[in-house]
Parts: sequence; structure tokens; C-alpha cells
Amino acid sequence: MHELSIAISIVDLAAEEAALRGSAQVLAVHLRLGSLSGVVKEALLSCYEMACARTPLEGSQLLIEEVPLEVFCPECQAGRRIASLEPLCCPACGTPCSEVIRGKELELVALEITA
Amino acid sequence: MSAEPRLVEVRKNVLKQNDIVARALRDGFRKNGVFVVSLVSSPGTGKTTFLEKMLTSLRPRAKVAALVGDLATENDAARLARSLAPVKQITTGTICHLEAAMIQNALRGWDVGPLDFLFIENVGNLVCPSSYDLGEDLRLVLLSVTEGEDKPLKYPTIFNSADVAVITKLDLAEAVEFDAAAADKNIRAVRPGMPVLSLSAKTGQGMAEFLEFLETRPRNREAVALSPGSR
Repeated sequence: MHELSIAISIVDLAAEEAALRGSAQVLAVHLRLGSLSGVVKEALLSCYEMACARTPLEGSQLLIEEVPLEVFCPECQAGRRIASLEPLCCPACGTPCSEVIRGKELELVALEITA
Repeated sequence: MSAEPRLVEVRKNVLKQNDIVARALRDGFRKNGVFVVSLVSSPGTGKTTFLEKMLTSLRPRAKVAALVGDLATENDAARLARSLAPVKQITTGTICHLEAAMIQNALRGWDVGPLDFLFIENVGNLVCPSSYDLGEDLRLVLLSVTEGEDKPLKYPTIFNSADVAVITKLDLAEAVEFDAAAADKNIRAVRPGMPVLSLSAKTGQGMAEFLEFLETRPRNREAVALSPGSR
């Protein structure tokens, strides 16, 4: 359960980025969260409000876009989306795939701010 | 001046700060030729026993040191100090994982330059440590024979973030009817191609092979091999 540390990192980064843009208030934070990021969406959402307390993000919303896992299949020479985290095999040909293309994201994509 | 809300693009990794510190650590380690190995596992897998044996075996022929993370107590550092290698405990309080900044702080005042190997024992936890780069060259994930062969399937994220799997407590394998083939299959299901080494730190079985594996790892690699994505 490290989602509170992650929520605090999100708030710190968002506050820093908002300040750089001369913003007084952050209304919403848009986050991309990969299924292999090691961070649980529900836990993160439940910590977020606490992390925002007494910061410029107080009252803001956390909007999470989940990113499914995608691996590169060396046999098909193509990216393949994988429904669960195991096994990491190509859904088309069954070849084990170790190269993760997408799904590790923990990225602050955008902020909704007031000037 | 308008108070209309506007959307601004940021596109930054939330753990940017950790990654920056980890990168600085890694650069420093590489410049000095220090090979850094981290250990992750659930509590009770035998990280400390394994590490103590590694330090003791390596010490006559290499300069080694260790950092060890726990929520509380200096017990592990005291145990590891028996190897006569320099050891420092990182007590994390209530934090369930190590972060790059904790490594940086722990190393303050330490001259890592002369080291050949630095070991970092993470807090016993198969969930949270997966998200944090510590600047290591090699991340070992340990799985003891008493834990059940399906652990990799239950905790795919941490197994996927590691470079090598180490099966520990091999001396108990028969007693607990450990199915090595199933464990191997499960590890490779979540991390295709990952090297798997089995050993018993207690009896020494497999230790020589592991140390040989460790000592023949290429140093000063350009990128962390086998480890796609953020690590």
C-alpha cells in the first residue's frame, strides 16, 4: 500500500507544474495509469483527497485514464494487447513476450487550472 | 484576466523526482565501477541470510557493502555486520518500500568509490518496491520454496520489474514438496526469459553458481538489460 506516497508525489508535481504556469488553483489532474504500474486505481483515488489537504490542489479532482498492458511479440513482430498480467504471451500465437510497450505508465498528462 | 479554467499539458512521470535521483545514483555507481544489486521479496524469504552468506563469501576477493531497509529495528544490520562488511540500516518508519532518496541519504558520508559490489536489501514487500528505481544494476526477486509456486502469478508486477529470480531455502524443497518446474513456469509466465537460480544459503547448495553468475555480470552497462519500460 504505497498509494499515499504516490498521491503525495502527484500533488507535489501538479502543484509545481501549476505554479510554473502562474496558476492559482488546480481543478483537476489527468493521470495515465498503466496496469503494470504497481499502483491500484481505487487505492490511489481514496488517498488523493488526503494528499491534497492544505495544498493548492485542495478540492481538485483526480481523473484516471487506465492504460492496458501491451507487449511486443517477437514472432508476429507486432504490438499485442494483453488482458491480464499473466501469462505475458502473445494472444495470437502464444509466444512469450518480455518487451512491455505500454502499461507501466504513471504519468501526469494534464492539469485543469485557473489562471 | 480571466478565471476560466484551462487545460494545460504536462506529460511528466509522477515518480520523476525518484527517477532523477536514481539516475544520478546509477551514474555515480557506474563511474566508480560499483555493481549494485537490490533484493526484493516477501518478508521471511531469507533475504538477510542469503545476503550475509554472499557478503561473507565475496569479502575476501571483492570490496562489498550493504544497505538494508526495514520499517523498524537495526537487527538486520547487526546480523549482516557479522560478515565484517560495512553495513548500514535504513529504517523507513511506516514506509513499505525504499526510494532512491533514502539510498542517497544513507550513502552520505560513505565513500562508495572503492566498492566492487553494493547490495541493497529492500523492505520485505512484494507490491510497493516495484515502482521505485533505486539506481541498481540488477534487481533480484527472491522466492522461497515454502511460499508456494504460484507466487509469481499472484505478484506479477514485482516479478516483471526484476532481472533475476532466486529460489531460496532449497534445503526444504523436499519437505514441502516444492515443484521446481511449476515455479519456473510461473516465473517465466510473468517475465519471459528471466534467469532463475536456486540455492540454499543455509547449506551452501547453489551459492557458488550464484556468485559466479553475479561476478560475471557485465559492468557499466549502457542500459539496464532485460528491463523494459521505466526501469
